[in-house]
Amino acid sequence: MQNFTPFAGLVGGLLIGLGAALYLLAVGRLAGISGMLESALRPTRTGFGLAITFLVGLMVGGLVTALLFPLTLQPIRLSTFHWPVLIAAGILVGYGTRLANGCTSGHGVCGLPRLSVRSIAATAIFMAVAAVTVFVMRHVLR
Amino acid sequence: MAYLLTLFAGALFGAGLIVSGMSSPKKVLDFLDVAAIASGNWDPTLLMVFAGALPVMFVAYQRVGVKPFAADRYDIPTATAVDAPLVAGSVLFGLGWGLVGFCPGPAVVALAVASQSVFAAVLAFFGAMLLGVWVAMVTRGLWGSAARDVPV
Repeated sequence: MQNFTPFAGLVGGLLIGLGAALYLLAVGRLAGISGMLESALRPTRTGFGLAITFLVGLMVGGLVTALLFPLTLQPIRLSTFHWPVLIAAGILVGYGTRLANGCTSGHGVCGLPRLSVRSIAATAIFMAVAAVTVFVMRHVLR
Repeated sequence: MAYLLTLFAGALFGAGLIVSGMSSPKKVLDFLDVAAIASGNWDPTLLMVFAGALPVMFVAYQRVGVKPFAADRYDIPTATAVDAPLVAGSVLFGLGWGLVGFCPGPAVVALAVASQSVFAAVLAFFGAMLLGVWVAMVTRGLWGSAARDVPV
């Protein structure tokens, strides 16, 4: 477990929780990133401005943290540069999260602590399917 | 005021994704690789991220009152049915997540911090993800009333 970074994970998790909690208590919405991506594609609906603002904040916060505390930044490391895989995975993530009405943030961070049955089911399913996929990619196909 | 607080909330969330290392697909895939438990190379950091975030959100839900302090009302989903779109969508999402290691939040943050050598690949994933979101949006009617029209 030489790659395990428990303290960084815990502190990062606290920051993620604080961001989602502030968004909930300030504007009354759940900080689900996939939902915000959908809202960002609907300029005429309510929620468009807030979604864009949160997404910009997400990038600004990440960038500022990386610049101020460069040691906290784990380089973005991809295991595949195979274009068809990147494109197919992107489409699956975008389509799947919207069909399921949530992703790791909406169902995981926001749904689990309010004991939503839908979120518990969704999180269990996408975690399990992702683990099986990684197993096949890393240990069966190579 | 709502927009300023939203910007700050997003920034906290983005900082958390960077600090936790979850913006890097390698880190996420090392968590999802459960076969590594046996070989001793497993990286359970993602569990620590949830251990940090979930209690904060649990407390926040106890503070939910009549009105949020910068908006008129709460907009929290009330659906409880585990239906076909939820299950099918989660399976497809899990497949895509396992293939590359990006879920939506980290993919957005990675756009801002990716080095030149990976930027094109991150952008390709992000573009494809937006395409997937759009397709789901315009085809939602195909799934009937079970597929809700309320972005979470």
